[in-house]
Amino acid sequence: MNGTPWSSVGWVLAASFVGSFGALFLKIGAGKLGKSIASVATNWRLMLGIAFYLFSSVLFVMGVRKGELSVLYPMVSLGSVWTLFWARLVLGEPLTRPKFVALGMILCGIALLGLGTR
Amino acid sequence: MSTSPVSSNDEAQQRRSFILVVCCTIIGAAAQVLIKKGADGLGSNATVVQAALAMLFNPPLFAGYAMYGVSTVLLVLALRHGQLSLLYPVFAMTYVWVTILSVLIFHDSMNGFKLAGIATIVGGIAVLGKGSSA
Repeated sequence: MNGTPWSSVGWVLAASFVGSFGALFLKIGAGKLGKSIASVATNWRLMLGIAFYLFSSVLFVMGVRKGELSVLYPMVSLGSVWTLFWARLVLGEPLTRPKFVALGMILCGIALLGLGTR
Repeated sequence: MSTSPVSSNDEAQQRRSFILVVCCTIIGAAAQVLIKKGADGLGSNATVVQAALAMLFNPPLFAGYAMYGVSTVLLVLALRHGQLSLLYPVFAMTYVWVTILSVLIFHDSMNGFKLAGIATIVGGIAVLGKGSSA
């Protein structure tokens, strides 16, 4: 963690948390997508999702100004853990064993990539 | 929108969504490479406002975020017919592409950790892919 200040870790973790709300609202908005362009522009859930993503991106850029990408990039992937929670809590999607196994493997793989990038 | 029990039609749609998200990750990886380039040029003392402005006026950053826009449209189309908890983890493919792009473009070294990481991520996504058609 030598070259990575805690402030950068904080920015990136916040970005991953905010980004998971982006995913949630994009999903809810996508389900209510109409056929016309106008219905897309007035789909507030979709717009809120995009706003969360933009805010998350700004937080991420703040985070990666300092510190090692090999440490910071893997942390963004924690967003998919939050997203899994929202999918269960808000959308009522089933959390099956393959989903946990897959997410575990994916997070391990990303951590390995981080180690390899050092 | 119908919420009928799983039919072969739903399966085909779920699979299409899955492939669409993989396409998103390729575009997203190219975007990330550009954004890192742009962020490097931003300097380490930039404020949140300066970072936000740079997203508009710094060419690599702008191009990167424009590509994120395209990948977001594809993601929304994919999410119409798929489960969020199934599709969202597929985004990790972005890491695989970024690693490969970095080796090809920035001549980063390939090593055992990276190969193991790529294999593990692809394996995890294969587990999800199997789940999406089951």
